[in-house]
Amino acid sequence: MWQMHGLINRTIERFVRETRGESLWLRVAEQAELGFVEFEAMLSYDAALTERVLEAVSAALLLPRESVLEDIGTYLVSHQKTEAVRRLLRFGGVDFVEFLHSLEDLPDRARLAVADLSLPGLELDEQLAGRFSLKVLAQPAGFGAVMLGVLRAMADDYGALVILEYFSDVEGEERIEIQLIEEAFAAGRGFELGARAG
Amino acid sequence: MSGAEAEPGIGAVSALMDAFCPMHVILDEAGTIVHIGATLQKLRAGLPLVGRAFLEVFELRRPQTAQTMEALLASAGVKLHLRLRGAPETALKGVLAPLGGGQGAVVNLGFGISLLDAVRDYALVSSDFAATDLAIEMLYLVEAKSAAMEASRMLNLRLQGAMIAAEEQAFTDTLTGLKNRRAMDHVLARLITAGRDFALMHIDLDFFKAVNDTLGHAAGDHVLQNVARIMVEETRSEDTVARVGGDEFVILFDGLTDCETLERVAKRIIQKLEVPMPFGAHMCHVSASCGTVLSLSYDSPEAAQMLADADLALYASKHAGRAQHSFFRVEMRETSAADAPPEDSIPAAMAPRKSATAPAQNRRKDSA
Repeated sequence: MWQMHGLINRTIERFVRETRGESLWLRVAEQAELGFVEFEAMLSYDAALTERVLEAVSAALLLPRESVLEDIGTYLVSHQKTEAVRRLLRFGGVDFVEFLHSLEDLPDRARLAVADLSLPGLELDEQLAGRFSLKVLAQPAGFGAVMLGVLRAMADDYGALVILEYFSDVEGEERIEIQLIEEAFAAGRGFELGARAG
Repeated sequence: MSGAEAEPGIGAVSALMDAFCPMHVILDEAGTIVHIGATLQKLRAGLPLVGRAFLEVFELRRPQTAQTMEALLASAGVKLHLRLRGAPETALKGVLAPLGGGQGAVVNLGFGISLLDAVRDYALVSSDFAATDLAIEMLYLVEAKSAAMEASRMLNLRLQGAMIAAEEQAFTDTLTGLKNRRAMDHVLARLITAGRDFALMHIDLDFFKAVNDTLGHAAGDHVLQNVARIMVEETRSEDTVARVGGDEFVILFDGLTDCETLERVAKRIIQKLEVPMPFGAHMCHVSASCGTVLSLSYDSPEAAQMLADADLALYASKHAGRAQHSFFRVEMRETSAADAPPEDSIPAAMAPRKSATAPAQNRRKDSA
């Protein structure tokens, strides 16, 4: 049985609960025939459940699956309740470019924290100056859309101005083209090494 | 060509050290700081450390013998444990390498395990650390592990809650909400182990079989629920009321060994049980027989023995015409074997699990 980590399921759940409200989540849980209303972050679930939940969320929000996934990525970085994730991502680099370069290490970093959490592989190509291409090796596809949301929110976080373009299926891979317009466009949000997410 | 001339000057060394080790100091031959890395100076911002004696700025904790520049030089290559004097105190680790030609020495320092406090105390940022330093990775790991641990802790709490609920369920008689036989066994064992003084009352309903047979199981269940309610009402919250068989109950009175009080409680329970209970158009009539044993009656009380003896006292009550309460007396062990109990009062569920007294077991065999 293909498994999906509870942290990922829980993220989808919290995204719905915290941005669209409790009652919508209960409807989604029923629609997806979960048989429960709360995912455990530290347990794994049949990946089919995750697909059913995503379908139900997509139907309830009248949004295509990719848009839901992108919103989840943005939520992960920018929502106050997921500050811990933003901080962990910011450890990747002092500026947006360094952060981009740290993405290839992301699956290893995630595994260091939670041994059974396996994230899809990420490959960054630096093309011309300021132009990057991020390949997302996810099966089933979808993590690339999440990364699109993550990158958008992280660019804001660093105060960088970027243009992102998402290609959902390029020979079985997802790809994000990143064009860095200005690295220090805005002040961004602060990041103190010594502060902890509460 | 002398060795000294072949050595690089302090300038070249400090440029290298600045590039690789932002937490180093360079000492002259007298042990005075002549150059300091940017991060190390940041720990005492506004207090220039250049020009001060190394051992005045840093307290050398180990090796403690190296309290002079000569001794320091001799400690080259040994791991140094230091403490930055003044507030905030910060523990540091280091190692010293002498500069050639007696020009002094370089000491490179690091935070070691005090990294977390230091980052907070001095508001350090990524650029304060050497690119090869694992400090940032360590901070990342600490945060990531804390978050993961917190998630695990929440899971554990929820599992514990579920476990307590399941145990609660496993110890509850679902029909009456009273404790069940298992729960009673646990409490009884606990009272005995703790050396508590307590009373054990065994209660068996009279005429219950008649209610069940004539009015059906629903009526029987209704009676049992009523009986349970009465028993809970007539006992204290610290007492344990358990349904241990079809129409058999055990009450453990923790800390209560006064015979008069126990007698009164038993009589009141019997009295209340005898009030006819309406069930639909019918009235259910039951009563109860009780037998009580005190922990004080034994040198070292045993659960099986106490249950068997309470059983004998209960049997004596049945024999005396039902709706009675009796305390256990040792003579009961001798007389009981001879007599058979009245028809509907065989307390099957009370069979002690092990090492029951002979009379009680024999009686059960006789009557079976």
